[in-house]
Amino acid sequence: MAKKEYAFYPGCSSQKGASASNYLTSVESMCKTLDIKITEIPDWNCCGASISYAEAGELPRHVMNARNFALAEQNLPGQDIVATCAACWLGARESKERLEHNSVLMADTQEALKEAGLNIKVIPEVRHMVEVLIEDLGYGELASHVKKPLEGMKFAGYVGCQTNRPFGISGESFENPMYLDKLIETVGGEAVKYDQKVTCCGGALAFSEPDKAQAQIKDIIEAAYDSGAEMLVTPCPLCQANTEVYQGQINKKYGTKFNLPVLYYSQLMVLAYGGSAKDAGLNGQVIKARKLEEFASK
Amino acid sequence: MSDMNQQMAAKYRNNFLKEIEEQAEMGEWVKMCMQCGVCSGSCPTNFHPGWDHPPQEIFMMIRAGKRDEVLNSNSMWNCVSCYNCYVRCPRKVPITHIMHGIAEYAYRIGRAPKNQPTLHLSQTFWNNATKTGRVNEVQLTQSLYFKNGIGDGIKQALAMQDVALGLVKAGRLNPLEALGMGHKCKDIKGIHAMLAKARELEAKRKGRAA
Repeated sequence: MAKKEYAFYPGCSSQKGASASNYLTSVESMCKTLDIKITEIPDWNCCGASISYAEAGELPRHVMNARNFALAEQNLPGQDIVATCAACWLGARESKERLEHNSVLMADTQEALKEAGLNIKVIPEVRHMVEVLIEDLGYGELASHVKKPLEGMKFAGYVGCQTNRPFGISGESFENPMYLDKLIETVGGEAVKYDQKVTCCGGALAFSEPDKAQAQIKDIIEAAYDSGAEMLVTPCPLCQANTEVYQGQINKKYGTKFNLPVLYYSQLMVLAYGGSAKDAGLNGQVIKARKLEEFASK
Repeated sequence: MSDMNQQMAAKYRNNFLKEIEEQAEMGEWVKMCMQCGVCSGSCPTNFHPGWDHPPQEIFMMIRAGKRDEVLNSNSMWNCVSCYNCYVRCPRKVPITHIMHGIAEYAYRIGRAPKNQPTLHLSQTFWNNATKTGRVNEVQLTQSLYFKNGIGDGIKQALAMQDVALGLVKAGRLNPLEALGMGHKCKDIKGIHAMLAKARELEAKRKGRAA
């Protein structure tokens, strides 16, 4: 039997063929090594993300998350929900908090859920994969599986917003959270110091206000280069996509020569645990991480 | 003025603070603002053009009854949901949610700015996500590019060609999703019924016509 079991909420972007599918590939491989059993919540739905606020309103957004709570509770009783996406985690956790503190909202939610033949008894805990790694396993356990430390490689840990605010990881500060740096060091890499660790990438506004978002992304990438980082590492699918895929457009606009690979923490862990480039989802990089590809083939 | 806007303006007469407290998500917190300005200094989009009024100003304008100026403002729509203001506020005012709440209310009563790109994104995202229960990323992107007609859409799609090709090559964008294939929930009917009920209950609770 697996050491730990969780109700897994991958979210829309981490599905096969979606924009963060390389995140999912690496998480599955990482969990196998760490003996963590993740079972997808059957028929889970979108959390609504932050950006749906205007069209969705309040109750419909919470009801979407409540449906996932009910499905998890019913099919995977007693298991914490674990999300890998920052927005899924934030959206679901926010709904949990609101529903538990507002009996009117909860009663309305139950009434709406009835239409889908569901109801909530107890809302499961909603956790981010990073919390599971740090709190349930611990850095020591994570380090004990390292076979090939990522020695001599410099990474800028880019925490961004929604895995950091408003909930964040317990015991960490909002202004300078250290957990991502510690994860990088746990797998043998060097975490550089730079001043844009918790700067917003623009989030969903990368679509609707591209100039503003790209100005923010430019600051982040620039600071990472200035600190000597060879790659950016993040725990969030939207941070990853925004900081990676717009580098070409930023280069055109600002005359920069950015070409900085952007990885997930889980990809570094898989490689340090001796996994292949495929296990780590390295084929999913738009900006190829050549140094890691070489490392994996050795 | 739209009917809903007229109805709400009449209901609350000159008390715009009360209107926001009752109608906007987390609006009851507005009166807690002590005008320190930490939120304004913490906002990443406040450093770019286009921000009429940072949150601190919006809060004072609400108390001053500047109904038209607040509801018509582009400011709330510039929120990137980074929660920087939210965690730094010394009075623990949930600023991010209030910004979303005011924006949503303005939209609901027909007062949001015309052609607001982030409003369009919000509509497109939610409709896309709730159609099948899960986001179809390709159709989402397509509807965003083609919002200003075919010509502009093609231009935008061409400009973003490299980005899209990179994602397809990396296996992170499935062209078949354009045809409606790809991921979806099984109980789509249940989800739609549940959401219809939720919208009905929310309109009832806020005294708005559904």
